[in-house]
Amino acid sequence: MIAVDGLHKTFGTVRALRGVSFEAQDGRITGLLGPNGAGKSTTLRILYTVMKPDSGNATIDGVDVVADELGARSRIGTLPHSAGLYPHLSARENILYYARLYGIDAQLAEERVEKVIGQLGIGDFADRRTKGFSQGQRTKVALARSLVHQPQNIILDEPSNGLDVMSTRALRELIMDLKTAGRCVLFSSHVMQEVAALCDEIVIIAAGKVALHASADGIRSATGCEDLEEAFVKAIHMVEPAP
Amino acid sequence: MKTIRTVFRKEVIDNFRDRRTLLTALIMGPLFGPILFAFVMNLAVERSLSSDGEVLELPVIGAANAPNLIGFLRSENIDVVEGPATREAAIEAVSSGEHDVVIVIPETFGEDLSAMIPATVELVSDQANNQAERDARRARRALQAYARELAAMRLTVRGVSPLVMRPLNIDEVDVSTPSGRSAVLLGMLSYFFIFALLTGGMNLAIDATAGERERGSLEPLLCLPVKRDHLIYGKILAACLFMGISLSLSLTCFHFALKFLPLVELGMTPNFGPIVVLTAFLLLLPFALVGASLMTLVASFTKSFKEAQTWVSVVLLAPTLPILIVSILMIRPSTALMFVPSLSQHLLLVGLIRNEPLNTLHVAVSVGGTLFIGAVLTWICARLYRREGLLG
Repeated sequence: MIAVDGLHKTFGTVRALRGVSFEAQDGRITGLLGPNGAGKSTTLRILYTVMKPDSGNATIDGVDVVADELGARSRIGTLPHSAGLYPHLSARENILYYARLYGIDAQLAEERVEKVIGQLGIGDFADRRTKGFSQGQRTKVALARSLVHQPQNIILDEPSNGLDVMSTRALRELIMDLKTAGRCVLFSSHVMQEVAALCDEIVIIAAGKVALHASADGIRSATGCEDLEEAFVKAIHMVEPAP
Repeated sequence: MKTIRTVFRKEVIDNFRDRRTLLTALIMGPLFGPILFAFVMNLAVERSLSSDGEVLELPVIGAANAPNLIGFLRSENIDVVEGPATREAAIEAVSSGEHDVVIVIPETFGEDLSAMIPATVELVSDQANNQAERDARRARRALQAYARELAAMRLTVRGVSPLVMRPLNIDEVDVSTPSGRSAVLLGMLSYFFIFALLTGGMNLAIDATAGERERGSLEPLLCLPVKRDHLIYGKILAACLFMGISLSLSLTCFHFALKFLPLVELGMTPNFGPIVVLTAFLLLLPFALVGASLMTLVASFTKSFKEAQTWVSVVLLAPTLPILIVSILMIRPSTALMFVPSLSQHLLLVGLIRNEPLNTLHVAVSVGGTLFIGAVLTWICARLYRREGLLG
């Protein structure tokens, strides 16, 4: 479970977050939705501890991300916005490197890597060096890398970026599987349709604040718009008045 | 510890597969120095050795005016050939570089000689041209020798011993040893070694921050439940390993390159056997930590791999500075100087090649001081790796 409470973050004169609060439950898929620059990535970066909030706090399974960085990091699997691979290592070696860094013993790590390779269907190119991989292949390897330690919480920053239809569909199935397995999945996107198709909970974030937190139907009724895209635009304007 | 080992192993495998790293670490760095050095030295040595044995072709104007002089020149292994027609033509030929040196003997030469008036011989050369000066010097020496011979004959005819012309007998006693003489030359080598060492780890040091960032692999790496200090330690250690490999290759190459140099003919015995190579390796190795951490530090402030390369190249030159200053000022090694990385390694290496016994205190201060500075720089790198701004 991921809980975020009153996060504030300022970069120079830019107030990126102005009190973001929400919760993402186990066994549910929570979508963080917002326009570019709304504060989605900053929120996620605070959760996976590469940034510290100016105020407010966030916990992963009750572990504070500031007080116990390592504890929090060990409870999540992350697919950050930029998820580069090592081009001279094969897909398998890339995943194994992370498995070892997660502290998994050599033999168990091999098994886990094998398992995650099967799960994500990357067996065909698992032993090729990742130099020259397509965006879809890259994302799959990066995803496998972040799931290899079987984390309870999964944070994905715009995972469908640059993926074709088939890969997006495969990703969607994987996320559903994780949900069924009782994991807590939190992902960000700026595409309303994608979020609506997948998420149990939608957190609409705009100008560093949470505009709405509800299910897809909840958002429809709160904004009075039947069309989700309309609803999204209206929700954003609740915090950020139209020019 | 486990994290450091995992990172270290991954970096080593990754970089052994990287052609760019291999090229700089295993080929360019170690071979560049020895090849350049051997080539230049061979050229210089061969030139200076061969000149006296070779026949010098000397254009002479008015050879018929001084048959005895010409005969003497021939006995000095100088081949007298017909010169340009006139003195003006000779000057023209020398300044245009057609001839290196031309001798002009005036018609009055014979008369002046028998009248005991100093007889003029003109030697036309371009003194600003080093290359031509060598031949001119040889011609000048031959003329002077002829003049001395004539003077001695004149004195003997008058019943005076030629020895009155030599009030002083200057005898030079050279105490320099063959390995000492070669130290002057081989002392310049230390920079080649430091250069090879630094280039060996350059790509790894840049990769630790700028490279990971550019590839986008830094952020996921920082999301892992490991101490960031450990990540940077593993990376710096891997850079040190590549530096060590590069250094040992460079030393070995020099060991063999020196065998092909005619140093013995110059009166030098290069003291660069296997034991010296091994000792030099051990003395230079601590500098790898300073080099790796310094380059990592510099690279961490840059935005891209390219920018990092530019700045890290500056680090390649930095170690020359103390070496240069001390060489110019001719400062003797002292304990205080041993605290300066690169300089202390240079001074110890020069002593080693001179075949002087190693000063234990100096070695201890050099190794200890260098490792200490390297540890401090590594610590600063680790601090920087913890910064939020690292992601850029």
